[in-house]
Amino acid sequence: MSEIKLFPKTGSFAENKDIAREIRLNELIPVMDVGESVTLDFSGVDAATQSFVHALISDLIRKYTNTVLDKLLFKGCNNKVKEIINIVIDYMQE
Amino acid sequence: MQLHLPNSAFIGNIDAFLGSFDPSDSGKLEITANKKWISVHPVALSMTAALGLTVDSEDISCEPFEAKSRHYFERMGLFKLLGIASGIKVIEREPAGRFIPLTQIRNSVELTDFIAEMVPLLHLEPIQAEPLKYVVAELVRNVFEHSCSPFGAIICAQYYPDTKIIRIGIADTGVGIKRTISQSYATGKDVSAIKLALVPGVTGTTTRIGGTETNAGAGLFFIKSIAKVGRNFFMVYSGDALYKLLRTEQDRPVRLYPDPDKDKHSEKEKLPYWQGTVVGVDIGLEQEADFTTLLSLIRKAYSEGVKERKQLRYKKARFV
Repeated sequence: MSEIKLFPKTGSFAENKDIAREIRLNELIPVMDVGESVTLDFSGVDAATQSFVHALISDLIRKYTNTVLDKLLFKGCNNKVKEIINIVIDYMQE
Repeated sequence: MQLHLPNSAFIGNIDAFLGSFDPSDSGKLEITANKKWISVHPVALSMTAALGLTVDSEDISCEPFEAKSRHYFERMGLFKLLGIASGIKVIEREPAGRFIPLTQIRNSVELTDFIAEMVPLLHLEPIQAEPLKYVVAELVRNVFEHSCSPFGAIICAQYYPDTKIIRIGIADTGVGIKRTISQSYATGKDVSAIKLALVPGVTGTTTRIGGTETNAGAGLFFIKSIAKVGRNFFMVYSGDALYKLLRTEQDRPVRLYPDPDKDKHSEKEKLPYWQGTVVGVDIGLEQEADFTTLLSLIRKAYSEGVKERKQLRYKKARFV
């Protein structure tokens, strides 16, 4: 299982959607395409915007359906980051 | 174009200020101001600066400010951004604890730098700064992604320690909300387009509820919700229309609605045409709900909103 540490890329406030897109295209999708699991490590990230999380994971749910959530794990999330991730995951499955 | 900075213009009473704006003759800008006292929301300053950037400095005529509060506009960087001399001499004081001067933000790097620098400027605790950072990041990104403005976003903010409220104003002179939303939704009026843009899951980039891989159509709904939970004002002005979220009284419960028509609000049409989008928002630093609780409320309302939108489009089989 691979792990992607977000803090070195985003800093403590994850808001840059360009960075989210790069992570999705260059790191997440290649791993998902070969059916492996991946952990997104939010340790050190104090807050994230909904736009950032949407740009990071929404297309994965759309592309691979919600079964992608069996292979996509979230680590080191504080309550705010958890809420934002849950918002995106909720509406992507509605 | 003509713009008059009045004695008082905050979101609650901003309609008269907007109504007095004259957008004709877009090649030049005339700025006048109340001669005794000027006390305005940062959104009025952002609008003034955004207009000024669309014309050459030599085409801006600004009568000397006589009001006792004139130094404020010098400190906020209005004349510097417009490239004109104010004739006002001030002893520059450290701006910490009071305001974020007018700033033009044109790209992601400038936005990241701005967010990093603004929190120390306001001397806020990290937990107090959370909604502010969130609002600024989402509003400025909206400008980058939807406005098509060559001048980017113009933003400034003021902290009011007596009420513990930060007032933020952001303006762009881009294509406006109606044109952006019209790419995916049929909307004939600016006010309808503004209200559609406030519905969670609606974005101009697609008709698909939930948006595209990069746009969810949630930014303005989040920001309106942050204002509402704090029982504060929020406004969007674009084209000839204004949508204004009014304060929720202290004795009434706060409920977030996906449909902006259900919020206590006012709306106005046929205002002087603003080519672009203006957003003003007040954020309380001592809100009843912390940011995590606020996000939880938004999650619930967002989910309801997306369900409602999908049900509207749900079609049943027709048996004949």
